[in-house]
Amino acid sequence: MDQTQALTEAVQGAANTHRPLRLVGGGTHEFYGRAVDGKTLSIAGHKGIIDYDPSELVITARAGTLVSEIEALLAENQQMLAFEPPRFGPSATLGGAVATGLSGPRRPFAGALRDFVLGARILDGRGQSLHFGGTVFKNVAGFDAFRLMAGAQGGLGLILDVSLRVTPKPRSERALVLDLGSEAARLRVVDMMRHPLPLSGAFHDGERLHLRLSGGEAAVTGLARDLGGEDEPMAVWQDIANLAHPALAGDGPLWRIAIGQTRIAPADWGPVWDWAGGVRWIRQEIDAPNLWDAAAALGGHATLFRGPRDQVFQPLAPAVRRLHERLKTAMDPFGIFNPGRLYEGF
Amino acid sequence: MLDTFDDQVDGPFGQVGTGILRRRLEPLLPPGGLLTTTEGMRPYETDGLAAYRSLPGAVALPETVPQVQAVLKACSDLGVPVVARGAGTGLSGGALPFPGCVLLSLSKFNKILEIDPQARTARVQPGVRNLAISEAVAHLGLFYAPDPSSQLACSIGGNVAENAGGVHCLKYGLTVHNILSLEVVTIDGDILHLGSEALDTPGYDLMALMTGSEGLLGVVTEVLVKLTPLPEVARVILASFDDVEVAAGAVAKIMAAGIVPAGLEMMDGPALRAAEDFAQAGYPKSAAAILLCELDGEAADVTEEIARVSNLLTEAGAVEVRVAKDEAERKKFWAGRKGAFPAMGRLAPDYYCIDGTIPRRALPKVLTEIGRLADAHGLGVANVFHAGDGNLHPLILYNSELEGDSERAEALGGAILELCVEVGGTITGEHGVGREKINQMCVQFTQGENDAFHALKAAFDPKGLLNPGKTIPTLARCAEYGALHVHKGVLPHPHLERF
Repeated sequence: MDQTQALTEAVQGAANTHRPLRLVGGGTHEFYGRAVDGKTLSIAGHKGIIDYDPSELVITARAGTLVSEIEALLAENQQMLAFEPPRFGPSATLGGAVATGLSGPRRPFAGALRDFVLGARILDGRGQSLHFGGTVFKNVAGFDAFRLMAGAQGGLGLILDVSLRVTPKPRSERALVLDLGSEAARLRVVDMMRHPLPLSGAFHDGERLHLRLSGGEAAVTGLARDLGGEDEPMAVWQDIANLAHPALAGDGPLWRIAIGQTRIAPADWGPVWDWAGGVRWIRQEIDAPNLWDAAAALGGHATLFRGPRDQVFQPLAPAVRRLHERLKTAMDPFGIFNPGRLYEGF
Repeated sequence: MLDTFDDQVDGPFGQVGTGILRRRLEPLLPPGGLLTTTEGMRPYETDGLAAYRSLPGAVALPETVPQVQAVLKACSDLGVPVVARGAGTGLSGGALPFPGCVLLSLSKFNKILEIDPQARTARVQPGVRNLAISEAVAHLGLFYAPDPSSQLACSIGGNVAENAGGVHCLKYGLTVHNILSLEVVTIDGDILHLGSEALDTPGYDLMALMTGSEGLLGVVTEVLVKLTPLPEVARVILASFDDVEVAAGAVAKIMAAGIVPAGLEMMDGPALRAAEDFAQAGYPKSAAAILLCELDGEAADVTEEIARVSNLLTEAGAVEVRVAKDEAERKKFWAGRKGAFPAMGRLAPDYYCIDGTIPRRALPKVLTEIGRLADAHGLGVANVFHAGDGNLHPLILYNSELEGDSERAEALGGAILELCVEVGGTITGEHGVGREKINQMCVQFTQGENDAFHALKAAFDPKGLLNPGKTIPTLARCAEYGALHVHKGVLPHPHLERF
């Protein structure tokens, strides 16, 4: 189901008339980012796996391909997407995952989504098809414009297809839960991460510490023995990734604050954290400017992940913002792709 | 040769006299921080691609970030191109100066500013040597994972510019996967902080874009690197094969079995024999190819994986499988691989190292075709690969004293890179495009894609002053290269099969 032709015509039409487009994949990240005023262009029908050879550790698929389909195919071959893209619904697509750029709980241990993007074919703001990167891991020809698509919220190009590096499934996994308070648990995890231990998840739900162990059998068994605690269902980690865990779920405002892992968060941010302490989740309304300042002081930034959609992302430093505007113009000269989704003005 | 800037195909190149450069730049720099004499500038006329040589208009040696800002701002005002240089070990001519440019050396920025064992990070200046970081944190049980073969000498700033890899990147990732943030000075003298201590940042991922941008977008003045806990044990297997294609097949079997080696390297007959003569590594000199497979991690798991990989190798047709019995033998096995490049000196007066990446499944075909191309050009080739990630380093053997040999080597190198593109790979896996592969960029990318790269560059550097003539070809260059290349509609070597 290659819809490159139809999508190209739609983008060229929008470029000719300077009419903005609202790019939509599965619609599962609709709540995330600022609202976009534009004509809806669905990419969901542009789907299908283009190439997958397990021994190459690469999969190439069209943007509308379901993340669930990709993960199921990989699982048949004992492989996975190590960045664990959150799935906020069954219709989540590859293009949406890349455009939003979100990584799951394995991030501090295995890397971010952008680390696994090897190449992308896009339509630029003139409707021109461009291919950046490729299907091989080591590739330094040209700028890494494909990595730039990760998290750009569709603002720099319409993603047509993506090549991702895939990872063998760990041979052994355990999910453990330990009775340990938030701050003590964070210090424990920071200390553990100084050693080559088979960790792949560290989340605190406000009351207890959840750890996921992944690796060779001996290493996982040994660490589980040292840690104690209780086993719990592995499915907990899907809930954490998808914000369906009771400590994260709900419809009210949700702030996500990424900070340095070893920084001490103010008490009023509450006890819930993921990413081994590198991300705080807060389910309450907070005055945004104060939060932005506080997050920046701890080496990070805050996002109004769910909630009123006027200003969602941390304001950029002036020189960085100017650069964003120029990059946007370079790739999308008529401003037709998701204008305003990241920041007002671009 | 490409060490001459050609206004016709490389675009405009601003130049001012040495006198003006001295008047404007000397006051901005510490005493002795501006070199303008030929003998003073001689060490900067080439980088690790020593076949290309050219003197700059001046060499600036700033010691502080405000001095870097001031020099860049002045160059921007004067319209003079700037070439940033780290340790000068790059292999693609990325730090090659052109007449009239200012060569900006970051060699004085050689301090490790801060090590944070809890956060497992180090804040370093760009001139710090790659290996110096690992050495400085070894007592904490940590290391900096990317290990390009020049790690003894190459600088972290250069590693960022090239997105350097190395033997261990198969498991531990490239430079982009092992850095957290960058401080960058733009050509206008602005300071940008890209990336952060936190594991993501709002807006576009500019740190990722900056990594591997080869000095075309900005000058890196500080890097926050991620440190990795040292594995408990590392062990290596040496497997020999009597057929190169069988060895290539064994690589695919290991990868498909769900094993992630810390390193998976291959050498063909000529390469392993030269390396053995050079380093006495214990390689079987009668083999057609050898594989080195390193596994690291928890001791019991490594023991188990060594057994699994040994079986896989035997099943895949290895004629001999040896596990290094101790650390001394492990180092010895690796010494041969690490000495492979200098060992080429035993085979020919000069060698030219090529750097392409291909999908692993194309390896047997590509090896055969490289052999045919080498014969067609009348030159020998020894092959060394980072087999686990399909990154080839064919070493073309030639003699620069012989009339036409250098040109033949350059032409053969270009043909091998184009072969890599044809099979779905890339013209550079880790050495960068630099000046060396600028023509092959016309083969790998369409004009539209190269235009997009120029547009991205212009967003950072509107006047096009940072490292011009490198990495992204102009339309004129591609037109000229295409005209030479597809001469009267006929590809070179039409007798060769294309796939």
